[in-house]
This record gives sequence, C-alpha cells and structure tokens, in this order.
Amino acid sequence: MTEPVPKLEWRDVAIAFGGHAVLDGLDLAAAAGRSLVIIGASGQGKSVTIKLALGLMTPDRGQLLVDGVDTTHADGPQRRALYRRFGMLFQGAALFDSLTVWENVAFRLLNADRLGRGAARERAIEALTKVRLGADVARLYPSELSGGMQKRVGLARAIVGAPEIMIFDEPTTGLDPITADAVNDLIIEQVRGLGCTAVSITHDLASARKIGDDVAMLHGGRIVWRGPVAELDRSGNAYVEQFIAGRADGPITAAI
Amino acid sequence: MKPVRAVGRVSLGVLQQVGAVAQFALHGVVAAVTPPWYFRQLARQVMAIGYLSLPVVGLTAVFTGAALALNIYTGGGRFNAEQIMPQIVALGITRELGPVLAALMLAGRVSAAIAAELGAMRATEQIDAMRTLSTDPMRYLVGPRILAGVICLPLLTAVADTIGIAGGWLVATRTLDFNPSLYLRNTADFLNGWDIESGLIKAAVFGFIVTLMGCWHGYNASGGARGVGRATTLAVVSAAILIFLSDYLLTTWFSRA
Repeated sequence: MTEPVPKLEWRDVAIAFGGHAVLDGLDLAAAAGRSLVIIGASGQGKSVTIKLALGLMTPDRGQLLVDGVDTTHADGPQRRALYRRFGMLFQGAALFDSLTVWENVAFRLLNADRLGRGAARERAIEALTKVRLGADVARLYPSELSGGMQKRVGLARAIVGAPEIMIFDEPTTGLDPITADAVNDLIIEQVRGLGCTAVSITHDLASARKIGDDVAMLHGGRIVWRGPVAELDRSGNAYVEQFIAGRADGPITAAI
Repeated sequence: MKPVRAVGRVSLGVLQQVGAVAQFALHGVVAAVTPPWYFRQLARQVMAIGYLSLPVVGLTAVFTGAALALNIYTGGGRFNAEQIMPQIVALGITRELGPVLAALMLAGRVSAAIAAELGAMRATEQIDAMRTLSTDPMRYLVGPRILAGVICLPLLTAVADTIGIAGGWLVATRTLDFNPSLYLRNTADFLNGWDIESGLIKAAVFGFIVTLMGCWHGYNASGGARGVGRATTLAVVSAAILIFLSDYLLTTWFSRA
C-alpha cells in the first residue's frame, strides 16, 4: 500500500525575517478531505505558514506541494489557476471597503472568471444564503456590518468558487463566544458540504476542537506535536500541555 | 574607511530604491496598457482623479491667473511694457503654471488619497485577499489609477489654462482698464499650438508621477496606521519633488527641440 498523496504539504520549509528564523524546517501535511488545525503561541509563524501555502510569501528553503506538485515558485497564470483551487477566510475578513457585499462575494467571478454581473450576483446571493445571510445584506457595504457578519461574508466569498482547499486564519478571533460558535458551525457545514480539505490556524482551543480532525502544534519554527483532535488532552507533550492549560510557566515563553 | 563605507551603503540603498520604483512603474505601465482591463475601475478613477479635482484646479487657476496678471503689469510698468501682459500671462499659464499647479493640486489631493487607500488595503490584507481571488492587484488597483492620471491631468490642465487666462482677463479688464476683446485677440494671436501642446505633454508626465507615487508608497506601506500615515506623506512629498524635477528637465528638452 502506498501512502496517499497529501492535498497540501510543507516540506522542510524555512523562512527568516531580518535574520530571525520564523520557520526552520517545517514539515507538515494536510490529508485530502480532512480538517487540520495549527495551534501555537503568538509569534510562532502560524500566519506565515498559511501565507507560504498561498504563495503570498516565498520560503528561503523547502517546498510547498499541492497534490504532490511543487508550487513553491508558481507565478502568473499558473499561480492564478492555483488560487482557483483555494478559498481563504482572512482574520479580519479582508473585505473590500469600496465594494458592496455581493460584489465582494462575487469578486473572483466578476474579475477573474469574467461572469456577467447578473449571474455573478445570483451566485453571490446563493453563497450568502449558505452562511445564513439574506439577500437584503447583499447591497450593503462592509462598514455597515458587524464583525460576525463580516466573517460570514468572508466565508461566503471563500466558498463561492467551490474550492478544494479552504484556509482559515483565526476564524473566531474578535468574536463573542456565541458568534464564534456559530461561525465554527458554518465552517464545519461548508467544509463538509464541499468535501474539501481545510487548514486553520487559531489560538482558540474551543474552535480547534470543534472544527479540527487533526491538530498540529507549531513552536520554534517546527511542528512539535501532531495528532487527532481526540488525542489533544493526552498528548504527553510539554508544549501542548502548557498551551492547553494556558500557563505562563513552561517551555513556551510568553510573547511579552 | 567608515565614512566611505557609509557613503557606499547610502548610495547602494538609493540605487536599490530607484531600481525598485522603476520596476514597479514598468509593471504598472504594462498593467495599464495590456489586458485584462478593468473598465469599471478605470471609470471610478477618472471620476475620482479627474472630475472631482475640477473645483480645486479651477480655483487655483483663476487666482493664479489673476495674480500673475497683476505681477506682470507691475513688472512691465517698470519699462513701459504693460501691454504685453496678456501674452505673458497666456504663455506663463499654458507652458508652466497650468500643468505645474494642476499637478501640485493633484499631488496633494490624489497622491495622498491613493497612498492612504492602498496603504489601508495593505494593512487589512485586502491586497493579499485580491491575489487569492485570482486577480492581480497591479492590474486591478495600480494600472487603472496610472492610466486615469495620464488621461485626466492633461484634461485638467486644459481647463486650468482656460480658467487661468480668464482670471488674468478679469483682472486686466476690471481693474487695469484693458479692452476685453483686444485682450482676448492679443492672447489668441500670440499663442501657438506648441505653447499649449508642450504644457499638455508635461501634464501627462505629471499625471503619471502623481499616481505612480501614490500607488508605490501605498502598495508598499507597512507598519499599520503609522505606516499608512508615512506612506501618505512620502507620496505627496516625492510627487511634488519629481514634478519640479521633471518640469525642469522637460522645459530644457523642449527649449532645445
């Protein structure tokens, strides 16, 4: 039996900023159809990890593979084609202020796929319905929405192209626990509905436990523990135990 | 050796920056003139850069034309040459003050606005989001702005030329007892096509500079709100300096041609 090819893989990835190594030999793989959550303290390179996967940064060393194909230096049309396979929910939703909600959701359809405005609007409203937002929201601007609604619009924008890989950057940060749980439910529903691979980064353990199948702990530029979410509480790993307990003393030094 | 090393380091830093701006400018020009085009974006930018700048450019032109007329009248009076005032006002406005003042007004209004908008988009990951949505931000954000600047500033300059000459005419006919129709005839007879064309060519170059500096500083802003503020200031200052520098170089070139 040969090992299945991971959907997304970081292979011996290293990157440094101003002489400071943020990732140093990161090896990580996300299996097709599963939800991987990367946890870790602040400043450990979680955001850099997903930006590398998306090609928004280039590593100093190592490879980024999608379905076993090296995409590290993909550029131009190749990169744009690759982006069609990804859906990304940014931490602050990253909605375009100058566009209405439906234009945000339909951005790829209008500007990359060159779909007509009528058809794109219909698809956008369909995606908004999937994240429990009504058609009345479609004509509003992002500044007129609450934080939770902005996250849902960001999610609608990520799913509208039916991606193979969804990436979530701190999906519940800045939300109250009830709204955060509702966003988690929507993420699970959409990821399962699309049957896609999901990679999330979060500090929020409740969210990690809810949306993840597998959890990986990032520290010192490497993965220090990885396992199924059910094993998180009996990992036997000092880093994971300190992170779960939320203690200041331990191998992880607080970033203050 | 330390001072030599420091001079070398600064020189290399400047050259690196110039190279990076040149590369960005080239990328921006290619994005502006090759498909895919974003006509809706271009229309928005023409509206923001051109149409909405009309009041400020018009007001600047009318007062500058009026003040220029008074100064030339005073200066000309020292050697009994007051009557050449219409011609000098027209020449000064079309060749120099029309394009330069319109460009400086745009540096303040447009460069700053572009740098602030793109800087805020950078800070809130909107530019990264655009890339992940298979859309090149250089083509969607930078190309239309540069194209709109190159199209709009010559048009604004044409308006500034007309209003500036009208400002001079108003002062001359209302306070200095010039004959209204004679003033206009003198202006029309004196001006040749190149006086106007050279000003419009300058304006197109200034339009490129104003939008390029706004885009460059905004697109590369870093460091949150402080970075956006710094980008805005640098956009205005660098655009103004480059306008004066290129004005001198173009004037020298035109005078030899």
